[in-house]
Amino acid sequence: MIENDLLVKVSDAGLYKNGKWLVKGVNLNITKGKIVTLIGPNGSGKTTTAKIALGLYKNIEGTVKRLTNKISYVPQKVSIDWTLPVRVIDFMVLTQDLQDQEINDALNLTGVEHLKNNNLRELSGGEFQRVLLARAIAKKPDLLVLDEPVQGVDFTGEVELYALIKKISETLQCGILLISHDLHVVMSATDYVVCLNGHVCCSGTPVAVAQNKEYKELFGEKSSQLLSLYEHEHDHVHDSDGNIVKEGK
Amino acid sequence: MTIFDDFVFRALIAGIGIALVTGPLGCFVVWRRLSFFGDTLAHSALLGVILSISFDINISLSIFAVSSLVALILLRLQNTTNLAGDALLGLLSHSSLAIGLVVLGFLSFIRFDIMGVLFGDILSVNVNDLIIIWAGGAIILFVLWLIWKPLFASTVNYELAEAEGMNPKRVNAIFTILLAALIAISIKMVGLLLITGMLIIPCAMARNLSNNPKQMVVFSIIGGLLSVFVGLYASFEINTSSGPTIVTVAIILFILSLSRIRKKY
Repeated sequence: MIENDLLVKVSDAGLYKNGKWLVKGVNLNITKGKIVTLIGPNGSGKTTTAKIALGLYKNIEGTVKRLTNKISYVPQKVSIDWTLPVRVIDFMVLTQDLQDQEINDALNLTGVEHLKNNNLRELSGGEFQRVLLARAIAKKPDLLVLDEPVQGVDFTGEVELYALIKKISETLQCGILLISHDLHVVMSATDYVVCLNGHVCCSGTPVAVAQNKEYKELFGEKSSQLLSLYEHEHDHVHDSDGNIVKEGK
Repeated sequence: MTIFDDFVFRALIAGIGIALVTGPLGCFVVWRRLSFFGDTLAHSALLGVILSISFDINISLSIFAVSSLVALILLRLQNTTNLAGDALLGLLSHSSLAIGLVVLGFLSFIRFDIMGVLFGDILSVNVNDLIIIWAGGAIILFVLWLIWKPLFASTVNYELAEAEGMNPKRVNAIFTILLAALIAISIKMVGLLLITGMLIIPCAMARNLSNNPKQMVVFSIIGGLLSVFVGLYASFEINTSSGPTIVTVAIILFILSLSRIRKKY
């Protein structure tokens, strides 16, 4: 890893709140052009870890070093009260100034250009997620933090949006911190996986993590095989029992 | 004799100045669910009025100081206690009101028009008050314009704004001070029991008619101005107190706006 490519370095970070550790001992690096994915069961500290990386908590253990200010964030939940009338186009320029062209391009990329003048509350869950993603990529950030960015999006849309996220990381050369439940789709598009369960269970490339014992305990044997389905075209095959047989690279 | 010698005209100028500020500020009060917070600041203004009389300092300055202090205490308590927000507000609101009334008891030798403080006294608006309202109002609007973007972003989503390099904590504190300043300049006109009504009712009306934030601000200002025009006229015609009459007009406008309400998506 070239030091210049480093965007965020989280060292031995943890958050102790209301008498318990939400997450503890997290180490991770986010670098330009790479996608780091956080996986883990509910309550395992994925969102907390993302917020630690963003610097949203003041009293954390360990250190977080952020080397960029061009950050975009897609939170897990954004709720807009009825009293607040916000159109998609108002939302796009929430934290940034954008040209009309940039707004159109970003909305176009996530496939919701036609909703530009709609009120946010008129959108379906999936449409709203697409708008959130469009807003986040519109200003071409260095670092993109996506907390379950495709929740509520239909299956074809999901595959499409993950492909888009992958494309964004390549074309913009931005670092992405992704939180997701969709193991099968995510793993195929990720460079580095951190598996959380209150602490870091294991981390590494998708293939390495999938074969980790703790990962298998957490997600079950099935998920490990599920993942290998996506990888087997590249570097390994299965025997008749479905076990993975390595074929030296 | 100039036109400013006419108390009707002075009242009108004061009302216009206040409506121009309550519109935009009130929208944020509604969006951020701060109605009760505005009430708390207004209640604490009584203490400000009494301090101003006891120590012979400028009334607006004194109200501003006390309201700001209460606002800062509140921001601090929010971080240090586990009491829910509305309970904290109730605590501060009524303790400042009670302390104000107790201190007032000690000052029985002073002639003091408590009704004027509670409901506003249009007849007492002088040229000095006009200067305070318009200069103070201009400063409030200017600062609001400066912090508009981060304030709006943190209203929509606090963490998103903070993650993307804005400083929501600071703009929230500034907004709170602006609210205290507005209360300080408008107490004399509207009264401390009704200033929150003046803040939120035109905005509630505006919400029924608009589909984006800027439009809502504009309609709030128009609603506030209409309330002031009609309310003042009515209060002189039928000889009622100005503050309550203005707020009553605002309520009537709100009821009328319900017929134009946009679908509750």
